[in-house]
Amino acid sequence: MQIGFLVYSIVKIVAILAYIYGLLWVLAHTSKWVKIFGVIILFGIIQLALSLHFGEFRILNDFDSGLLFQACAMTMVALGLNLIYGFNGQFSLGQYGFYGIGAYTAADITWRWTNGDPSGLLVVGLGVILAGLLIGFVKRKLDRIRGVPVLSAFTLYLLLSIVAGAVAIGISHFISPLIAPFLKTSSGPTALASGFTLQIVFFLSVLLAGGFSALVAFLFGLPVLTLGSDYFGIATLGFTIVVNTLMVNSDTILPFPEMRGGRGMIGISKLTTWFWAFFFMMLVIIVMRNLIRSSTGRTVMSVREDETAAKAMGIDVAGTKLMAFVVGSLFAGIGGGIYAHFIGFLSPGTFDFLVGFNPLIIVVFGGPGSMTGTIAASFVWMFFLEGMLRVLLGQLGTDAPTWRYVLYPLSLLLLMLIRPQGLLGSVEWGFLKPKVQKLREKTSGEAAILPKQS
Amino acid sequence: MQEPTPTQISTSVFRKPKARLAWIGQIFLGILAVLVLYIIIHNLFTNPVLFTQIVISGLQLGFVYAMIALGYTMVYGIVKLINFAHGDVFMVGAFTSFYAVTRFNLHQWPALVFSGISPTLSVLVGSLSVILLAMIICMIMAVTIERVAYKPLRDAPRIAALITAIGVSFFLEFFGALYFVYSPRFIPYERPFGVIAWYIKNGVHLITPGKEPPANSITFSNILIIIVVASLLVQLALQFLVQRTKIGIAMRAAAFDKPTARLMGINVDQIISFTFAIGAAFAGLGGVLYAIAYNEIWTQLGILPGLKAFVAAVLGGIGSLPGALVGALIMGQAEALTAGYISTPMRDAVAFSILIIVLLVRPTGIFGEPEKEKA
Repeated sequence: MQIGFLVYSIVKIVAILAYIYGLLWVLAHTSKWVKIFGVIILFGIIQLALSLHFGEFRILNDFDSGLLFQACAMTMVALGLNLIYGFNGQFSLGQYGFYGIGAYTAADITWRWTNGDPSGLLVVGLGVILAGLLIGFVKRKLDRIRGVPVLSAFTLYLLLSIVAGAVAIGISHFISPLIAPFLKTSSGPTALASGFTLQIVFFLSVLLAGGFSALVAFLFGLPVLTLGSDYFGIATLGFTIVVNTLMVNSDTILPFPEMRGGRGMIGISKLTTWFWAFFFMMLVIIVMRNLIRSSTGRTVMSVREDETAAKAMGIDVAGTKLMAFVVGSLFAGIGGGIYAHFIGFLSPGTFDFLVGFNPLIIVVFGGPGSMTGTIAASFVWMFFLEGMLRVLLGQLGTDAPTWRYVLYPLSLLLLMLIRPQGLLGSVEWGFLKPKVQKLREKTSGEAAILPKQS
Repeated sequence: MQEPTPTQISTSVFRKPKARLAWIGQIFLGILAVLVLYIIIHNLFTNPVLFTQIVISGLQLGFVYAMIALGYTMVYGIVKLINFAHGDVFMVGAFTSFYAVTRFNLHQWPALVFSGISPTLSVLVGSLSVILLAMIICMIMAVTIERVAYKPLRDAPRIAALITAIGVSFFLEFFGALYFVYSPRFIPYERPFGVIAWYIKNGVHLITPGKEPPANSITFSNILIIIVVASLLVQLALQFLVQRTKIGIAMRAAAFDKPTARLMGINVDQIISFTFAIGAAFAGLGGVLYAIAYNEIWTQLGILPGLKAFVAAVLGGIGSLPGALVGALIMGQAEALTAGYISTPMRDAVAFSILIIVLLVRPTGIFGEPEKEKA
């Protein structure tokens, strides 16, 4: 059985890698129709494999589809971290904090909606949009004044966010009793709280989860990004620990009894279908690729290479770092929303800071600064380590989860000593390949890519 | 909001731009300070006995942090690496003493070897040998870690070394959690000596076992005294070592400029190993005392004390030995007061908020020297 399982697992991993390669190849195709139909066909293949079953046999059983959905969520989180760490060089350990914030935000919005309370959607939606507008307006004014200390800017933005939140809570206090009767009557939840409307609310909740994560990342990153690289790492690790503490005490310190603190949040509708997971993953991949291969992306990478030189070229180093951090956290929040609605149960242990090193391990294995590496590593990590190794180790003894955590750091150490640029280095596949020609040969593992002269 | 004229731009290259709107941040800090002072003074006057009790528990915590922070501050001063595994060395110290005491009864060897020895001397020598064993094992481990994991990466980017340190830390935590090594559970810790406690009310009185101290009295135990004395001794010894001995001069030289120190005939690699060993020995001592004080250990014991000790080292000024002590005492008080008066789970949040505020307001810490520009 074990040999059979081993072979089956390896076949799955090879198949998923081929699938990713095909996806990226199709996206890179010059013809628009090949792109559109290729993506639809590739989407449909998995959809068919998920839904078809011949008697007892299913091509993708529950275990495999669980791995697949979690790998999609992990891809978004790891891509976000790759933007922060791999492309911008800011060593962040806070990615799981934002993942957790996104998961809990999205879960709370849909939980409240299905229980006849629209205030979650209203407060988060209005609050995030209002805070974004206010901060954007003030930031534009503040950027013109030279020499504003970070602490002052932080205080201003914090005040603005609190004002936005208060206004949102105030508005929803008046509006939500008007909407609530349409969601839940005495006979039970109405049609608005299920079906198509719920799908839209889910879509919005995932976006808002990302937006809320991004807002928190903006407020937290503004003061913290001015620290040095390793102080930043410790501060973000502290952020993950604090977020986890807040989750454990969400029913005592925070006013959210439905999150049930350390016992874990239950009753989240399992709304994540393959369509949504695929859609959001493609969204993140395409947005990230277009960001990286634009002038903004070159700015981001120039900050990683040499901050002083970047500053000399007129690049706003602090602003670029903040932008990368905010966008990376946005991706993490979206991934969290997808994860929460797939698993249907959120416990603070899932977002423990020890587990929070997982995206870092993925990025380091895949190669910092390589999107293909991150995507492939996310899937391989899920299918190989979580899927195969867990089962194989589980048959050996009771402490399988611990064994995994003994093997991760050992392989991380070996990787750091032997191949610090990651397994794939800076190889990119298909769609993610930069369109410019490589003018110089690789130097010390890093591809020196120069933009095409225009 | 005037647009700066070209001449202003050219002069501002040489002059630091004037800080505008700094008052907003200052008001923010002022409000924070007033809030903290209010909490402290309000509670001091409402219940002075409880306040003193909390301060005493904070002192105990702070002096343990001081012992860990020394290792962080020395290692960071020399190799500019946040030694994540330091907290786990601390944990190994606690576990070594656990094994020595409960499995091998090491603390009883004087009584077994010399039959006529007085019980006080026996406990003293026995406990000291347990502590010494933990310190030696921690030293050996830290040097091994340094040689195997950090030394090959000395010329690599700092982040690579940091990731390696995280890997080492993880490995130690979860290797200890395996069932054939130990288990991921909390284990009660058996103290090598008995606890003697006193209470202060109209003078210092001994608490007789089995009897409750009277209400409204401040209690403290011999563990507090041992921790304070040990921490201060360690501090003095290290101060002497760094300031007065040849190897201390070599350490300071290596911290200041490694290539030049090498040219002066200093074996920098050896000095770095020595620094790791010294820091680990003190962390081991701290681990034993921490386990004795809070008599419960598990394999992830070292993570949070380690991180907080690092914050303490940053707060005091990284690279400065008295700074580590002062920072650790402040951290201990902050944690105890938060746990006592605000809410217990928020003490980690306060610890990391202190880190962020310190780095924003005074990045060099309380005792740190302003950083010199180095090429």
